[in-house]
Amino acid sequence: MSEHNYQPKSKFGKWFNDRLPLLTLANHLTDYPTPKNLNYWWTFGGILTFCLITQIITGLVLAMHYIAHADLAFSSVEHIMRDVNYGWLIRYIHANGASMFFLAVYIHIFRSLFYGSYKSPREIIWILGIMIYLLMMAAAFMGYVLPWGQMSFWGATVITNLFSAIPLIGDSITTWLWGGYSVDNPTLTRFFTLHYLIPFLILGLVVLHIWALHVPGNNNPVGIDIKKPSKDTVSFHPYIVIKDLFALLLFMILFAFFVFYSPNVLGHADNYIEANPLVTPAHIVPEWYLLPFYAILRSIPDKLMGVIAMLSAILILAALPWLDTSKVRSAVFRPLYKQFYWILVADVLILGYVGAMPAEGLYLLLARIGTAYYFLHFLVILPVLGKIEKTSPIPLSISEPILGGSLNVEPVKKLDKNFEKL
Amino acid sequence: MLKKYKFLIILLFFINPIYLNSAEKSEKLLSTNWSFKGPFGKFDRSSLQRGYQVYQEVCASCHSLKYVSYRNLSEPGGPEFTNDEAKAIAASFEITDGPNSDGEMFTRPGRLSDKLIMPYKNEEEAKAANGGAYPPDMSVLVKARKGGADYVYSVLLGYDQPPSNIQLDDGVYYNKYMYGNKIKMPAPLSDDLIEYSDGTKATEEQMAKDVVSFLMWTAEPHLEQRHKIGFRAIVYLIILSVLVYFSMKKIWSRIETEV
Repeated sequence: MSEHNYQPKSKFGKWFNDRLPLLTLANHLTDYPTPKNLNYWWTFGGILTFCLITQIITGLVLAMHYIAHADLAFSSVEHIMRDVNYGWLIRYIHANGASMFFLAVYIHIFRSLFYGSYKSPREIIWILGIMIYLLMMAAAFMGYVLPWGQMSFWGATVITNLFSAIPLIGDSITTWLWGGYSVDNPTLTRFFTLHYLIPFLILGLVVLHIWALHVPGNNNPVGIDIKKPSKDTVSFHPYIVIKDLFALLLFMILFAFFVFYSPNVLGHADNYIEANPLVTPAHIVPEWYLLPFYAILRSIPDKLMGVIAMLSAILILAALPWLDTSKVRSAVFRPLYKQFYWILVADVLILGYVGAMPAEGLYLLLARIGTAYYFLHFLVILPVLGKIEKTSPIPLSISEPILGGSLNVEPVKKLDKNFEKL
Repeated sequence: MLKKYKFLIILLFFINPIYLNSAEKSEKLLSTNWSFKGPFGKFDRSSLQRGYQVYQEVCASCHSLKYVSYRNLSEPGGPEFTNDEAKAIAASFEITDGPNSDGEMFTRPGRLSDKLIMPYKNEEEAKAANGGAYPPDMSVLVKARKGGADYVYSVLLGYDQPPSNIQLDDGVYYNKYMYGNKIKMPAPLSDDLIEYSDGTKATEEQMAKDVVSFLMWTAEPHLEQRHKIGFRAIVYLIILSVLVYFSMKKIWSRIETEV
């Protein structure tokens, strides 16, 4: 790569860079050869970095005013909303920011699923991503507990109670997590501490995620290995930077719409009622981004098995690079996988929908079918598909389809256009 | 065909979270032309001032507004009483303060910095005085109920004779819009219950509208500022994204690829 022969121009720059090669790093980041055919689904990495930084900065300001105490948490949030200068803005950005973060991460994950970005040689990037996703869920869950509203309290009670399903030591673990015999002040203070810690762990993993990405370089919509740098690549700056910026601005418009015009639509009204251990809300529902897993949890009548199913639903993703046996990365050239991909998307959306509904009747049936299909997709369909699927011919380089040289590029072009329209 | 189907799925992805939260259906809520709805929504000052009067003369005997201070009544974006009016309102209440240097509690007239006085000393006293039901604090009530302003408005106007199949205990009332249709609060409003100081006719609907507007303000005291900043922020973002779009086109035109 080009950075090996990078030399700073100034004398001081050279002196500094010989001791700490920060300038080499900066040079690597700007010159980083990126496939030139990346579509807008590839802009979500940058968007996610923006989300993480936004959450950390707004979170820092909120932590200056928030009081982690069972008797004071709710009123300290009201204090932020009323008396802190622009406190309402900071809090609404932080609360909706969590939703936007998950929206972006789901698009990022499903992009990876479609274009096979998890496949060799990018398994480590993918696994780091799954770890980030797990930490995000932990951070979001604990963050939701902090305002100490009804949904905070009862959500925390339901989720922490899951650990009691572990045989023999379950109850002791739950008591240990709570710091008492129910969700109470000790639970709140430790959740606050962890909620403050986790984003920095995520930040560390993000650095590794990007580092691991920069070894093989980006996957691309065609899913083939490319020579770097070559006529198939562009330098990260300015080409990708400006494109990521444009996509980020569009994303920020959506973000701003939620923050300024429907700041509470993604939350639950009950969370504006202060936590009351004596009154259970009619329906305890997690935030929307956890609903598919909540549906999987409830679809299984046995508590322990439900917890195992829910955890496996996430952890199975880490095994994906080995479950998917197809050598072809991009779904563009996998006519059958493409169909199953969209069925999986629909399946996850259905699971999300039934997760918000009471676990009874038709909803329960749907949740069970959805759960079964989810595992079927990863454990049966993907391994088998790789063996039997007849893939379409793959172009030799990116420039070939883009310059329109051969027949097999039509699907790529069409697909890219569809995606851009959406 | 396949294209349409994909589009639907992606659309569902975006509307899913919003749609989920409104999944439960019950009696259709009443509504009125709220001035604070929509991207340019603002509060109607005189409505908020009347709403405060309704709160003070009707609701305040049972319901607290513990997160609201007297100073808020004169702040921009709210009822905007003049500073002197707000001072006079505060001074008309006796506040318990202390302890003083002798270790005694004492009472003094309210100041702008005081929170609105509470009808009961604590939750237990409130329950004892109301047949075991706790009249909730109303500071964020509108945000704490699904349906928001429409829901509170509907409950205020939803008192009715119970259908024959519903048996009500003593001190329990039938309300069309309340969850479970049973409420321990007797119908709080009736025509001409109070006399508005600005001469507006105090019909039940008028009072309900005014007090719900007032409660919307107590729940979201910075709503007007939020709408105003939001509009500017979004216009700014749109202009910036147009500029960035053309910069992007220009930069990418250096190579023979479409963005």
